[in-house]
Amino acid sequence: MNAKFSVKTIVAIGIGAALFFVCGRFIAIPSPVPNTTITIQYGILAFMAVEFGPIAGLLIGLIGHALIDASYGWGVWWSWVIASGVFGLLMGICTSKVNLDGGKFEKGDIIRFNVSQVICHVICWGAVAPVLDILIYQEPVEKLFAQGLVSGISNAVTTAIVGTLICLAFALTKPKSGSLSKED
Amino acid sequence: MVNLFNYIDRPSPVHRLTGATKLICLILWTLAGMVTYDTRILILMPLISIVLFMISKIRLKDISFMLAATAVFMVLNNVMVYVFSPEYGCRIYGSRTLLFKIAGNYTVTREQLFYHFNLFLKYLSSIPIILLFLCTTNPSEFAASLNKVGLSYKFSYAIALALRYIPDIQKEYHDISQAQQARGVELSKKESLFNRLKSATTILIPLIISSMDKIETISNAMELRGFGKNSKRTWYNERRFTKADYISIAFCVILFAVSVLGIVIRGNRFWSPF
Repeated sequence: MNAKFSVKTIVAIGIGAALFFVCGRFIAIPSPVPNTTITIQYGILAFMAVEFGPIAGLLIGLIGHALIDASYGWGVWWSWVIASGVFGLLMGICTSKVNLDGGKFEKGDIIRFNVSQVICHVICWGAVAPVLDILIYQEPVEKLFAQGLVSGISNAVTTAIVGTLICLAFALTKPKSGSLSKED
Repeated sequence: MVNLFNYIDRPSPVHRLTGATKLICLILWTLAGMVTYDTRILILMPLISIVLFMISKIRLKDISFMLAATAVFMVLNNVMVYVFSPEYGCRIYGSRTLLFKIAGNYTVTREQLFYHFNLFLKYLSSIPIILLFLCTTNPSEFAASLNKVGLSYKFSYAIALALRYIPDIQKEYHDISQAQQARGVELSKKESLFNRLKSATTILIPLIISSMDKIETISNAMELRGFGKNSKRTWYNERRFTKADYISIAFCVILFAVSVLGIVIRGNRFWSPF
């Protein structure tokens, strides 16, 4: 593995997946479509992807989602697990310019974060998940796209609220870069 | 703390298999169930899993809760499939035998019923075996077995960390949630959806900030102990393969091969009696 896969990234993946799991498992609000709950873990996934990069995002999504499925006991739904991973990956790539450690998450960053999260959700739940479902399980297309649509919209809404607030709060805890000036 | 992954420690031949074997078998088994719509194989697989459950001494009451969740899931999914495309079976099997009408476009055909029967069998062939895997595999051995199957040990370690820290984070979430509720944050159904999301955030922010601190501490500790320096590492929970391991893997390879061969010979994923 390359230098990017540092010890800190590994730990971030582990803890991130645990966070994703706890939030997805215990703060779930049922929605009218089966097996699709309104959950807030994608806000966390988006935040972790911004902070730790695409590889961490991919693995947190994969591991966290697989663990949630496993603990519910309805079997691991691989197509959706992969879609979660892809969301983390894309989110990490799209927001590579946002630097939370610099203590800044301003208007431009908020817009960039939200535009990319909506695009990533559309790609994942509108394309990746249903297409994989068709390939793997061969269920009727109409049902899969309805499931994808509901979860895509609810995930995008929760990411917009929860993800943005987390990023704002986290940036506040970091000292602003360039906040010190040299005394004459 | 509830046992989330339902691991039940009981001496049995299935428990004695190494984690790596069970993982390989699980992957082959679920793949075999996923690709095929051959009713004969799909009937055989749940029957074998019942036998496996008996061998592994898992009692019905150990898994009744999870089985109930599975049943709800299966029924809902089947209803959804029917509501969205009541003619799907006819399209697949290329014939149409009308049994009776319900209303409007919704008719019941023999092909559609057969498709739903297959769909049920498909869930039955893969879900119980995942339950069996969860019940008989020690979570800490699981990470070691991932490494043995060929995944990078850093990746396996990330999973081990996740499993290790889920109870901690769960407890912390609970503590923060109680503290915030004591301060008047409303999470119950009385609030509107938007307000509940907002109050969920008041719990999440402290949780995430403390988790970020945790990441810092753990990664420093691991770095101090030289984690990631060597290309290989050993696992406390690793065990050697025995004869039973090789036999089970061979069986699952055959099962997978039969299921794939059937599709190749038929040139179609659906086995049709019509």
